[in-house]
Amino acid sequence: MSTTTPATPPSLPPAGRTATKDRPHGGVGDRFRLWWDALARPTQWLVGVPFLLFMAAVPLLNIPVLTTQGTDFGGVMAQFGMIALIAIGLNVVVGQAGLLDLGYVGFYAIGAYTVAILTSPDSPWNQTGDGMWLSREWAWLAALPVAVAITAISGLILGSPTLRLRGDYLAIVTLGFGEIVRLLADNLDELTGGGQGLRGVAYPRAGVTEDLPSGVFSAGNASGAVNSGVWWYWVSLVFIVVTLLFVGNLERSRVGRAWVAIREDEDAAEIMGVPTFRFKLWAFIIGASIGGAAGALYAGQVQFVIPTNFNIINSVLFLCAVVLGGQGNKLGVILGAFIVVYVPNFFLGRQTLFGIPIDGDEIASYKYLFFGIALVVLMIFRPQGIIPARQKLLTYGRELYVAARRSAARAAGRAPGRTEAAATTSGKESS
Amino acid sequence: MPALADALLTSATAGPLVHQSLIDFNIAGLGRNFWGLTVEGLTYGAIYALVAVGYTLVYGVLRLINFAHSEVFMLGMFGQYATLMLLGFSPSGNAYDKGILLTVLYLGIAMLGGMAVAGGAAVGLERVAYRPLRRRNAPSLVFLITAIGMSFVLQEFVHFVLPRLTGGTLGGVNAQQPIRLVQPEVQFSIFGAPVTNVTLVIIGSALVLAVAVDLFVNRSPFGRGIRAVAQDPVTATLMGVSRERVIMLTFLIGGILAGAAALLYTLRVPNGIIYSGGFVLGIKAFSAAVLGGIGNLRGALLGGLLLGVMENYGQVVFGTEWRDVVAFVLLIVVLMFRPTGILGESLGRARA
Repeated sequence: MSTTTPATPPSLPPAGRTATKDRPHGGVGDRFRLWWDALARPTQWLVGVPFLLFMAAVPLLNIPVLTTQGTDFGGVMAQFGMIALIAIGLNVVVGQAGLLDLGYVGFYAIGAYTVAILTSPDSPWNQTGDGMWLSREWAWLAALPVAVAITAISGLILGSPTLRLRGDYLAIVTLGFGEIVRLLADNLDELTGGGQGLRGVAYPRAGVTEDLPSGVFSAGNASGAVNSGVWWYWVSLVFIVVTLLFVGNLERSRVGRAWVAIREDEDAAEIMGVPTFRFKLWAFIIGASIGGAAGALYAGQVQFVIPTNFNIINSVLFLCAVVLGGQGNKLGVILGAFIVVYVPNFFLGRQTLFGIPIDGDEIASYKYLFFGIALVVLMIFRPQGIIPARQKLLTYGRELYVAARRSAARAAGRAPGRTEAAATTSGKESS
Repeated sequence: MPALADALLTSATAGPLVHQSLIDFNIAGLGRNFWGLTVEGLTYGAIYALVAVGYTLVYGVLRLINFAHSEVFMLGMFGQYATLMLLGFSPSGNAYDKGILLTVLYLGIAMLGGMAVAGGAAVGLERVAYRPLRRRNAPSLVFLITAIGMSFVLQEFVHFVLPRLTGGTLGGVNAQQPIRLVQPEVQFSIFGAPVTNVTLVIIGSALVLAVAVDLFVNRSPFGRGIRAVAQDPVTATLMGVSRERVIMLTFLIGGILAGAAALLYTLRVPNGIIYSGGFVLGIKAFSAAVLGGIGNLRGALLGGLLLGVMENYGQVVFGTEWRDVVAFVLLIVVLMFRPTGILGESLGRARA
């Protein structure tokens, strides 16, 4: 509601909230963020690459409490990588451009089904047999750009009529679209195998050895520390890094500024000369193609697609990851994806937690109940998510942003009369 | 349904011989059974219309898509089922035969039970989830996400928690075994279309309820309050209308109608009582509300009937499995050409 009424008694915020209000950009992790933004780009890479390598090594390190017990940890991490990619894509649409898309699973499904239809032996359009134009070994990699292109086109097809609608209507129309895609997959039996799904989807044949006749990416590589789940996790990490670079650059470009303007006030943006429809469409198309890439990853990893994996509840789960982590913040939504994937798997098959006996399977089966409660509680108490997006001076670059934030912190926290140097050093210590 | 059998027959015989297309276009089937399909469509449409009123009233007053309204409907189904169990009925394969008067009485009590549960759930939902957000002046996206969260919570409550509370008799993974009070029997026919007693009950009760809610909103002082808040919340508050009370009343009316619709729906689809059973119906009812012009009471009623009928025609033309697709495509097409629905979107000014 945009209107306040005198009838509702003004709720007095607790002391902590008032303090946050006085500090306009206050929040958890701001010090870290200030420090990070102040680093030069090569230094950021110097810190980022080892961190990335550590993330890649997580499934191999067998960390005591972190490693899941009921399910294979590599598989869980592979799933996390995929959902993280989806969350980044959905974040472009929901977080950056402010368009609520409840049918994002539709793009994910289109990506997965494109790869499956091109490479599954069950499909009538299979291109991987003898004399066809795709070799069985590299069919997945060849089908990947096709999948991304087709989902981008489907984003265009869905977006061009519907993006003229207002926010609420858009949500429901996209919901309908997601459901239509699933029903198409279910009903077009001859093409998609209907409820039976499509089996034998191609995956990259790499690292073929005596022990692993079908390569490290095959579902047959199930035993040992470096199983197929870990390999797929690594592939999805590569995807995530590439996508983050792409989306990050977009964010700092004219496109990103237009998205922020549209998200904050569409009418004002339009009046200021932002072609809102075109940029909304771009957000939709880019989001869709990232979703398609994630779908292609999924199809290759599971090597089997079936309509029930693409129902609306997944769409809501993706949205949950984005909202939980913090809309508009790329790292936040990755954290959100991790929580959404990891927490249910953490409890699965776990009998004790820090010595306390628990029924992990029972807790894991309640996951949607907990996600629902988490969403409601989060929306009431922290609607911006765990790591919220911050408004930055995108145009003038990091240096000015950091300088402005430093001086704001100094003005808020320091007593007047200090020397400039002392203030700077103490500012650095507290950062 | 003879129309369905026809559709299946034509696809079975014509399919392999002629060109094997992915979708059948059975226009002839539509022509043959036009009136039968219309009556059947109106039956579903009446149910959509009642649920749609809940969406439209809440949207009119709060500008909020109450995504969890489908779960209010679902709880209504469980409410009327529990009432029937309290009255001593138990699930069995055959319909009870109590005579017309007693059956109507029992159905009436069950409907009241469903209305009580659904109405209570709707008001509780407003209290627990939406009121704190209103106090904080949250943006509409936050409301919508909360509604989705509550939808999860209510579904999973019936999925996992309710069977524990009731010793496994209510809720759980599977649909409830149906309790049948009425056996569908053909009473008479219009233009060759058979009309069953179930159809009569559904369309009759829906009509009565629709007229009642229309009178309530357009004639009663409470209704005037609702329309005033929908039109201009600030001025309405200055004129002495309690906005909070109006919001509660709106949720209550929506919940009560959803409870009534729940009973009517279970008469038509006795196997539909399941934790996930409200979801698709809710989306369709919302589509119906949008179709008629969301925020507009008569629009919701019109949209519901229209959607039910069109969906039924589409189901015969394209095949049963395309039923939901027809409904969603219809929604998208209508929004493209008339973004505010057929009758426009104002509850405040919707005084015919």
